[in-house]
Amino acid sequence: METLEAIKVTFFQECEELLGDLETGLLSLQAGEGDDETVNAVFRAVHSVKGGAGAFGLEALVRFAHTFETTLDKVRSGALKADEAVLKVMLRATDILADLVQAAKTDAVVDPDRIAESSEDLEAFWGGHDTAAPAAAAGESDDWDFTPLAFAPVPSLAPAGPPRWTVWFKPSTATYAKGNDTVLLLRELARLGDCETVLDASSLPAFDALDAEESYLGWTVTITTEEGEAAIREVFDFVSGDCEVRISGEVVAMPQLSTLPILPPVMDLPPLALPSAQIPALAAVEPEQRDVLPVDGPADLHPRDKAAKKEKEAAPSAAPTIRVDLERVDRLIDLVGELVINQAMLAQRVGEIDLTRASNVQLALESLEQLTREIQDSVMAIRAQPVKSVFQRMPRLVRETASMTGKQVKLVTEGEGTEVDKTVIERLSDPITHMLRNAIDHGLETPDERIAAGKAPEGTVRLSALHRSGRIVIEVSDDGKGINRQRVRELAVERGVIAPDQPLTDDEVDNLIFAPGFSTAKAVSDLSGRGVGLDVVKRSIQSLGGRISIASKAGQGSTFTMSLPLTLAVLDGMVVSVGEQTLIVPLAAIVETLKPKKSDIRRLGTGMLLAVRDAIVPLIDVGVALGWRSEPIDPTTGVVLLVECEVGGCAALMVDAIQGQRQVVIKSLEQNFQRVESIAAATILGDGRVALILDVDTVVGERRVEAEAGGSPRLALAS
Amino acid sequence: MQESVGQELISFRIGEQEFCVDIMAVREIRGWTQATPLPQAPSYVRGVINLRGAVLPIVDLAARLGLGATEPSVRNVIIVVRIGHRLVGLLVDAVSEVLTATADMIQPTPDVSSDAVKMFIKGILALEGRMVSWITLDRILPEQEAEAA
Repeated sequence: METLEAIKVTFFQECEELLGDLETGLLSLQAGEGDDETVNAVFRAVHSVKGGAGAFGLEALVRFAHTFETTLDKVRSGALKADEAVLKVMLRATDILADLVQAAKTDAVVDPDRIAESSEDLEAFWGGHDTAAPAAAAGESDDWDFTPLAFAPVPSLAPAGPPRWTVWFKPSTATYAKGNDTVLLLRELARLGDCETVLDASSLPAFDALDAEESYLGWTVTITTEEGEAAIREVFDFVSGDCEVRISGEVVAMPQLSTLPILPPVMDLPPLALPSAQIPALAAVEPEQRDVLPVDGPADLHPRDKAAKKEKEAAPSAAPTIRVDLERVDRLIDLVGELVINQAMLAQRVGEIDLTRASNVQLALESLEQLTREIQDSVMAIRAQPVKSVFQRMPRLVRETASMTGKQVKLVTEGEGTEVDKTVIERLSDPITHMLRNAIDHGLETPDERIAAGKAPEGTVRLSALHRSGRIVIEVSDDGKGINRQRVRELAVERGVIAPDQPLTDDEVDNLIFAPGFSTAKAVSDLSGRGVGLDVVKRSIQSLGGRISIASKAGQGSTFTMSLPLTLAVLDGMVVSVGEQTLIVPLAAIVETLKPKKSDIRRLGTGMLLAVRDAIVPLIDVGVALGWRSEPIDPTTGVVLLVECEVGGCAALMVDAIQGQRQVVIKSLEQNFQRVESIAAATILGDGRVALILDVDTVVGERRVEAEAGGSPRLALAS
Repeated sequence: MQESVGQELISFRIGEQEFCVDIMAVREIRGWTQATPLPQAPSYVRGVINLRGAVLPIVDLAARLGLGATEPSVRNVIIVVRIGHRLVGLLVDAVSEVLTATADMIQPTPDVSSDAVKMFIKGILALEGRMVSWITLDRILPEQEAEAA
């Protein structure tokens, strides 16, 4: 049972990937970038989901996947054109398929009406009920549905792929008496290639004459496979002698034969079995020709070309990969973290015993340091993942949000391949979701408004990711109306976020939407107004060492920019002393370091300012800000770190001394304690002591709020 | 004290008073090392130390119980306990012994002690003229601040 559970877990993991592929494929078709291979990939994805679901008896999933697959098959065969309407329905079906997978995972139930609605939409494209047995579905041997079968119309130039075979078989009563099951045969055949299955119920007597033990049914399977006749024969090995089987190859020279039983419209016709008498004859005539024959067919029919095509299919997934439990990787990361700390301790000890620099120990230590760093980088690379896994979930969100708000939205994504550490990936999803919802709900106008403003009725939301100076930058931009600064200002005053007469730049007004207590409650809708304000989003991003800001142009749209460290596991930091304590300041935040001159220091009320070239920035004593001392040190005895942060522009942080630069391993304070104001995390130094990592943005930001609130530090804490 | 059914407790001293905690919560006992102070932390949180790669907060139990702050020296002891999914170090004066307490030995907390103490005391054990207060650990850490202000 445990094995089955384990397989099931794998199945669900695969499902997630398959659903992602499916959506990506459909979207590229929608963008007009897809080719036949894309259609095939999409088909395969649905097919694989169905196959797996069948094995676990997930009936609802199998049924829906089958309907979906049938529709896709029409597209694949060319009977249905994948136009905008079709793709729209298919994308919705993808959502439902995802829901069904999720429901199967958690034993929940998906609203049957939604499934039915989507199924009907899908069926509408090929008109009718497909009862052809889903090849891998469990339990359809109980299906007593004898209605005539419809099957996919194949293109008249049938041989656009591997050879086709027609297999006719009729199990005898003895077959069933020995416990064989036709469904297994059909399933085996389906494994060889794509099958069109036709039930021959012509010898079925009237109900009153029916002998329950007797076998009446036969099947004709048209199978497209690279495997030879022997492989097909092998399927019937277990029933040989009890079951009539006839196998014949595809005959292109006589297309009417192979296409005859599957020419539309079939629905009104009685089921047709292949005229069995002709089949052996055909098989006798054609055997040497069938591989060579399709001379008139498209060029890609040639076996060599087919082989080439196969290679092309395989190419994207060529690099071998393994699945590894995340816990194992995390364990490895932890161990490497310990190694880095240990190496630092060793270096410090060696430094203490005063060896000459050229000594062997020193040299060995240096190469150890280099190795340690390389190991660390490699381990980090294991966890690095493209942001695609997060971006993939967004088209659905956009569709849902768009339909709820009645807006027309096109989502454009860029930089999906941008890699970032797993720890960051997991936490990207929520902020991106929020920003996208916000962009659609508040940013974009309704189609009518857009037309009135002279824009295309369909709004565009752009989601992009890129690496910039050791951080990942995520941007969400819309081409909507931009921020209504007047209104934001009014609301901010109304809610007491700012004083009515406070002078603010446009940029500052825009960024008010992140202020605590500012939530456009009047505009609370089902979507963005889910009780989570942008201030919470901002805080959660800050807790990851990230920043978020917004830029907006009236009438042209807004852009949210969020930048995050590439990993939450290590950090390049400046080691500084504050009083008796050692502190780490993230190197990324530091613009420059300087020794202030007395003439550069200005006093303003209780605060201090520092003139740096022609700018004047607030001077913050870190020891005082952290509550480690009550009076700031004399600025001329200390060192100033000029930092740049998202909230307050530049600021100068005053510390006692700089010890050096070092890569440190980030240790969570929350794991055993809780979040500490002004502190991002902790690390362990070479001497084994804990050092705190300063959260520059909060330290500076808090000062700013204090200053704005007229020097009352309480307000900053209470908000 | 030798009853077969009973709970094992570790007793320790803070000043002249004796306390105990459930032995199942105790992970290890170690000597005092200098802690890194945390900004804006309650006074009874001494700071954090490195416990084999993990960051361990240290609670000065005396200060937490309202008995005045400890001036830690090498003679002090840290009892590492698990509270929920967290590991926390309790700073105490000295560890005394392992006790086995049965239900009949435990008395309710008399209604005389200060509120600060009562919040953390589960019951009183009277042992041959000694009095040992049984401490519950769930409220030792500061209240979690709500995430959304």
